[in-house]
Amino acid sequence: MSTPILRAAKVTRSFGPTPALRGADLRVDAGEVLAVMGPSGSGKSTLLHCLAGILRPDSGEVWFADQRLDRLSERDRTRLRRREFGFVFQFGQLVPELPAAANVALPLLLAGERRRDAYRSAAGLLDRLGLAGLAARRPGELSGGQAQRVAVARALVARPRVIFADEPTGSLDSLSGEAVLDLLVDAAREQGTTVVVVTHEARVAAYADREVVVRDGVVTSLAATS
Amino acid sequence: MANVPTALLGLLEPQPSHGYELKREYDTLFGQDRPLPFGQVYSTLGRLERDGQVVVEGAEPGAGPERKRYAITDAGVRRLEEWLREPEPPHPHLQTVLFVKVMLALLSGRSAAAFLDVQRAAHLQRMRELTAIRKAGPLSRIVLADYELFHLEADLRWIDLTAARLDQLAEEYGR
Ligand SMILES: Nc1ncnc2c1ncn2[C@@H]1O[C@H](COP(=O)(O)OP(=O)(O)O)[C@@H](O)[C@H]1O
Ligand SMILES: [Mg+2]
Repeated sequence: MSTPILRAAKVTRSFGPTPALRGADLRVDAGEVLAVMGPSGSGKSTLLHCLAGILRPDSGEVWFADQRLDRLSERDRTRLRRREFGFVFQFGQLVPELPAAANVALPLLLAGERRRDAYRSAAGLLDRLGLAGLAARRPGELSGGQAQRVAVARALVARPRVIFADEPTGSLDSLSGEAVLDLLVDAAREQGTTVVVVTHEARVAAYADREVVVRDGVVTSLAATS
Repeated sequence: MANVPTALLGLLEPQPSHGYELKREYDTLFGQDRPLPFGQVYSTLGRLERDGQVVVEGAEPGAGPERKRYAITDAGVRRLEEWLREPEPPHPHLQTVLFVKVMLALLSGRSAAAFLDVQRAAHLQRMRELTAIRKAGPLSRIVLADYELFHLEADLRWIDLTAARLDQLAEEYGR
């Protein structure tokens, strides 16, 4: 079996007295699109944050390829996140003051790329994703679905190895949600990017290659049936 | 209903029973708006007996069907078990069958959670196929696939809600 790109082993994490994860195990293969399902409060977001190195688990191991994420310092994890991961959250979380193009260029600027190059890549990507018409608009001038597609562009721009999406269509109507997912999954497959998408919606999970279910802080994978 | 034979097997498994008792139990659990006709109870039991899945216990020779007490056989248990383990082919409007399987799993002390898991996986697999169809097809195919997707999604919501209620259900109906 090849080394998975992400792996969690016996991960636990509590918030004060509340256990959010109680021994979560998960493997994600490179290039895979994985859906993480489960009821609200079951620990999906906490698992995603641990896998992405945003949260440090209380115990257990988190691996990114052959690196042990939970052992890295805060600073090294931040650096690794910027270089290797892209993020899409439920409410785009675009910077409201900046036009769409600048929002998309942001990850490249943070990674130290030159301004001109960053903007050129951003414009090219927006174009390729059919969003060129939105480049000059600020988030306040975008619909929810448009803002979310810009957020997908931002997650893709630095060609990350993994994109983490937490309820990316949660605030959208069905049709806008489809557009966001089509964009995210198609682009990720084209680039060979791994996607971990947290969702409680089966229709969203149906875009993935495989799904796991989180229940009470533990990951159950559904045995594929005949 | 297509599951009457397996439902009767499920009701017979805990203890042997007469046809009229089976009918009463069946109607209480599954037949709210469509009680099972006596004729169907006895014809179904007759077929199960012919196939070796139930046997008649202690009836006087020549007694009518209402005097016979039926017991499940090993072959009957096997048939019930296979049926409870197998996910239903996902198509819209499955609610009744899924409900009957959950109840019979609980009544017979088998894992309703395991059944709901395989059913969830089967549903998601079908939804993945439909999602792939949507990508290519003409708009008419997409709209049709959407219809099925929304209905399967409704099933899944029921599956999730029922899974969350299993402890409570087991307390009331389990053994
Ligand atoms: N920052 C936090 N502070 C306190 N409790 C939290 C925090 N984040 C999550 N939790 C708790 O941890 C559990 C799991 O939460 P979460 O991972 O957000 O679940 P999900 O994403 O599946 O809805 C919940 O009980 C939640 O209330
Ligand atoms: Mg969450």
